[in-house]
Amino acid sequence: MTVEPAVKSFPRPSELPVPPGAEGWEKLYPYNLVFQNLSGSDDEKFWFCDSQHWPTVFKPFETIGGEFAVKCLGQYNTRHLLIPPANGIEFKIHLGYLYMSPVPVPEEQIPARVPEFERRVGHYFQNWDSLLEQWKLKVRATIDELEALTFTSLPEMVPFDDIVSGKAKDGSEVLMENYDRLIQLVYQNWQYHFEFLNLGYLAYLDFFTFAKQVFPGIPDQAIAKMVQGVDMELFRPDDELKKLATLAVELGLQSAFENTDDVEGTLARVGDLSGGRQWLDAYRAAQDPWFNFTVGNGFYGHDKYWIEHQEIPLGYIKDYIRRVDEGQQILRPIAELVAERDRIVAEYRSLLDGENLAAFDVKHGLAVTAYPYVENHNFYIEHWTMGVFWRKVRELSRVFVAAGFWAGEGDLLYLTRGEVREALFDLVTGWAVGAEPTGPSYWPAEIERRRGIIDALSSRRPQPALNTPPAQITEPFTMMLWGITTEQVQQWLGDDSGDDTAITGMSASPGVAEGRARVVHHADQLSEVREGEILVATITAPSWGPIFGKIKATVTDIGGMMSHAAIVCREYGLPAVTGTGNGSTTIRTGQLIRVDGDAGRVEILED
Amino acid sequence: MSGFDPRYVRFFDGGTTPDHALLGGKCASLVTMTAAGMPVPPGFAVTTALYDAFVEESGLRDVITSGLNRLDPDDVASVDAVSAAIRDEICSRPVPERLRRPVIEAWADFQGRFERPVPVAVRSSATAEDLPDASFAGQQDTYLWLVDERDVHEHIRKCWASLYTSRAITYRLRNAISEDGLSMAVAVQKMVHARVAGVAMTLNPRNGDRSKITIDASWGVGEAVVSGHVTPDNIVVDKVLLCIVEEHVGDKHIELVPDSAGGRLVERDVDAARRAVRSLTDDQVRAVSELAKRAERHYGCPQDIEWALDADLPDGQNLLLLQSRPETVHSSKPKPVTAPAKASPPSVGFSLGSITAHLTAGRAAGVTN
Repeated sequence: MTVEPAVKSFPRPSELPVPPGAEGWEKLYPYNLVFQNLSGSDDEKFWFCDSQHWPTVFKPFETIGGEFAVKCLGQYNTRHLLIPPANGIEFKIHLGYLYMSPVPVPEEQIPARVPEFERRVGHYFQNWDSLLEQWKLKVRATIDELEALTFTSLPEMVPFDDIVSGKAKDGSEVLMENYDRLIQLVYQNWQYHFEFLNLGYLAYLDFFTFAKQVFPGIPDQAIAKMVQGVDMELFRPDDELKKLATLAVELGLQSAFENTDDVEGTLARVGDLSGGRQWLDAYRAAQDPWFNFTVGNGFYGHDKYWIEHQEIPLGYIKDYIRRVDEGQQILRPIAELVAERDRIVAEYRSLLDGENLAAFDVKHGLAVTAYPYVENHNFYIEHWTMGVFWRKVRELSRVFVAAGFWAGEGDLLYLTRGEVREALFDLVTGWAVGAEPTGPSYWPAEIERRRGIIDALSSRRPQPALNTPPAQITEPFTMMLWGITTEQVQQWLGDDSGDDTAITGMSASPGVAEGRARVVHHADQLSEVREGEILVATITAPSWGPIFGKIKATVTDIGGMMSHAAIVCREYGLPAVTGTGNGSTTIRTGQLIRVDGDAGRVEILED
Repeated sequence: MSGFDPRYVRFFDGGTTPDHALLGGKCASLVTMTAAGMPVPPGFAVTTALYDAFVEESGLRDVITSGLNRLDPDDVASVDAVSAAIRDEICSRPVPERLRRPVIEAWADFQGRFERPVPVAVRSSATAEDLPDASFAGQQDTYLWLVDERDVHEHIRKCWASLYTSRAITYRLRNAISEDGLSMAVAVQKMVHARVAGVAMTLNPRNGDRSKITIDASWGVGEAVVSGHVTPDNIVVDKVLLCIVEEHVGDKHIELVPDSAGGRLVERDVDAARRAVRSLTDDQVRAVSELAKRAERHYGCPQDIEWALDADLPDGQNLLLLQSRPETVHSSKPKPVTAPAKASPPSVGFSLGSITAHLTAGRAAGVTN
C-alpha cells in the first residue's frame, strides 16, 4: 500500500500525562527500563506497546519477565543466528506498560551476515529432532533444579553440628545463593526459550512468503492451518481435564463436584464414593506436570497456577462433567482437525506443478517440522518454568513476612529484583547482628506508596504506539508475532473510518458468529463467561482452553495470525478477529455483536 | 416418484443412471450433473422408450418408412413435403392413454414440489451420434415458459417431430445413416426464476491464480451480468478455505425479471437500498463457490459457470447451475506465478537460499494480509 507523505503520529512519550497519584512512577523501575532521554531520540523512534504479553501494569519485580524474554529474543537474532535483516527488539517501560522498537540491521551489513546465518540456521534445521530432544532435557533439568531450591527462615542459632564440623557459615549464604540461583535458573530457561522459537517462525515465514507468491491473496489463516500442529503438548492440560471429567461420569462421581471451590471437601467426597480412589489416582497422575498451568500468561506474579489453585481445574472439570451429562462432545475432534489440515494442504498442492510443487513440499515440510515448537514451548517455559519460579518467589516472600518486612506474600512484587537482594542482606544482617533489620520499618509504608502508584497507572490503558511510525513496517518478526503491519498502524491512527459500529482486525480464525459480548480484562473474570457468549479480551492465553469450549467466538485487541488467541481459536474451530486495537474498550458486556472471522470484522448489532 | 413407469419417465434427481440411449444426450448430462452435486433446474426426462412405443403403437413407423422410401435428398421440394407430413403426423396422432399417463403423473408430481404452478422449458434430447452437430436436428429445440399441461404435451411432440426436419432427413440420406434406432427423449425442466444470478470462474482472471474463485453477482436474471448491463458485485473467494478474500459491491442499478405473464423479461430499476448491499449472503457466496469447485472437479479443468438463485425453491435447494464451460482465456496460458528460488538438493530437505532471499528481498514484499 502507499502511505501519504504526511503520516499521522502517535503521542510522544513526553506528551502522555501521568495519571493523578502516579507521580514518580519512573523510580519504581530500573533506570535502564524507562525513557531517560525524552527530549532526544526517545521522542523520535517508533515504539509499539506489547500488550499482547503484558496487558497490565508491571509491578517492579515483574519486569523480570519482560527483560529476560525480550533480551533473549534479541540475542538469537543478533548474536546466535545473525538473522540478516533483523537484530533484536529494544524495550522500555512507559507509565507501567512495555513498549518495543525493533532494531533493523543497516542495509550495508546485511550481505555479510548471510553466510554465518546460513551456516547456523542450516545446522539447526538439519539436526532439528536431536537438538530439540536435547532442549527438552536442558529445560527439564533447569525446572528440576528450580524445584529443589528452598527458602526457609534462619534458625535461632547455628546448629551444633556446624560448630563441630567447623563449617563456620551461618546459612544466610544459602538464602542469598538460592535467590541468585533462582534468578539465574529462570534466566537460563528464557535463553533456552528462544533457541528454537525464532527458527520456528523463520521456517513459517519462509513457507508463508512462498505461499503468498504462488497463491496471491491466500488468506493468512490458510497458511497457518497448513502448518499448525494438532496434537500439541500445549493442549494437553485441557485434554487431561476432559479425560478426568469423562472418567468421573463413567464412574458415576458427578455428585461429588457440587462445590468445587472447596477443594479439600470435593476430593474427600470423591474418595468416599465407590470408584473414587481410581479417579483420585488419575487426578494425581495428571498433575505432574500438566497442572503447572496458568490461567494467566506466566509473566505476572498474580498469575494463578492450577497446581496451587485446584479450584480452577476442578471447576473446569465440573463444567465438563455437566456437558458430558448433557450429551455434548467435549474432546477436540483431533481426527477431523488432521483430516481438514490434510485436505487443505492437498488442495493447494494440487494447484502447483514442477519447481513450485517441489518448493512447496520442502518449505511446507520444514515449517511442519519446526513450527510446533512455537506452540509447545509455551507449556515448558511460560507455564511450567514460570509456575515453579513464581511459587519459589512466594516461598521467599514468606521468609520476609515472617521477619516482619511486609504483610502479604504478594508484597515482594513491589520491589525490584535488585531491591529484593538488598532486602535479603538487610534481613540476614539484622538476624546476624541480633538487632532489628531496617526493612520492617521501611518497606510497609514504601510498598503502600508504590501500590498507590501502580493502581493509578493501572487506571489507564496503554497507547498502542508512540511517536511517528515508519512509512512501512517491514521487520518480519514484528509483523508475524505482534501483527504490527503498516495497515494495522494506520488503523490505530484512526484513518478516516467514519463507520463507528465496525471494528476491524486480523481474520485470525474463520467463520461467522453472533452473540452477546463478554468483555474480560483479567483472567480472574473468566468465571463470568457464560455458554454461548463471545469473548472480548485485550489478549487471551491458550490456557483459557476450557473457556473456549463455551464461547462462540473471540475478539482481541492485540495479536497477529500466530498469537495465542488465533492459534487456540483455530484449534477449537471458533471464529476470531485479533489485533482490533480497541475491541475490548469499544465493546461492552451484553452487547449483541457479530464476529466475522473471514473478513476480520466485528460489528455491534445492538446494545 | 416410485409410482412412475421408469421405462418412460425419469426425474433428473431420481438417482437414475445416465443412460444415453434412454435419456438422450441432454437429459443424460442433466442427470449426471445432478448426481455430481451440480444442481441443474429440476425436471424430468420423457424417455426414448416412450417415443419408440408411441411410434410403434400409433402406426407411425409405417408412415415414416414409406415417406422416406426412395426419397432423393437433392429433391428439396419432396424432402420438405415428406418432412412436413411426418412432423404433422407425429404432432397430431393420438398418444395412447397408457403412454400419456406417465407424463401426466410426472407433471403432477413435479408441480407438487412448488407452492404455485411454475413454468417449464421443454427441450429435445437427441441420442445424437447419428446427427451432424448439436445445433442441427432439433437438439436445440427449446420451448420456454410453458405453464399449461396440454401445451407441455404438445411441445413434447414438437421435440419428437424435430427428428424429421428437412435438414435432418437430408443429412441422414446423404450420409446413409439408418433410421433404425433413431429416437428422441425430451427434457421437461423448470424455468429458472432468478432472484440473484451471475457467473463464477474457478480462477482469478486478473492473474490466472487457480487458488481463487471469482464471482460476479447481481439481482434478477443473469443476462444483465453476462451482457455487462450492470456493474455486478465482484467477489474473490479462496478456493480451498472458501472464505472471501476480496469483494467489491457493484452499483446494480437495474435487474431483469420475468414479467407476470411469463415468457418475457422486463428491465426494472433496483431501489437504492438493494443496490448498495451485496446480492449474495456469505452462505450463498460459499454455496456458489462450492458449486463452481464441483464443476471444475467434475470436468477436470477450470470452469466458467452461470448460476442462479431460484425464487421458487426453498433456501438450501435454490442454487442452480445453468451452464458450465471450460475457462479458456487463462487456463491455456503458461502459469504466471513462479517462485524465485530453486529447491535445494533433497538431502538437505530445505532451501536456505530461498529463506535468505525471503528475509532480505521479502522486506519489500512484506507480510501483510
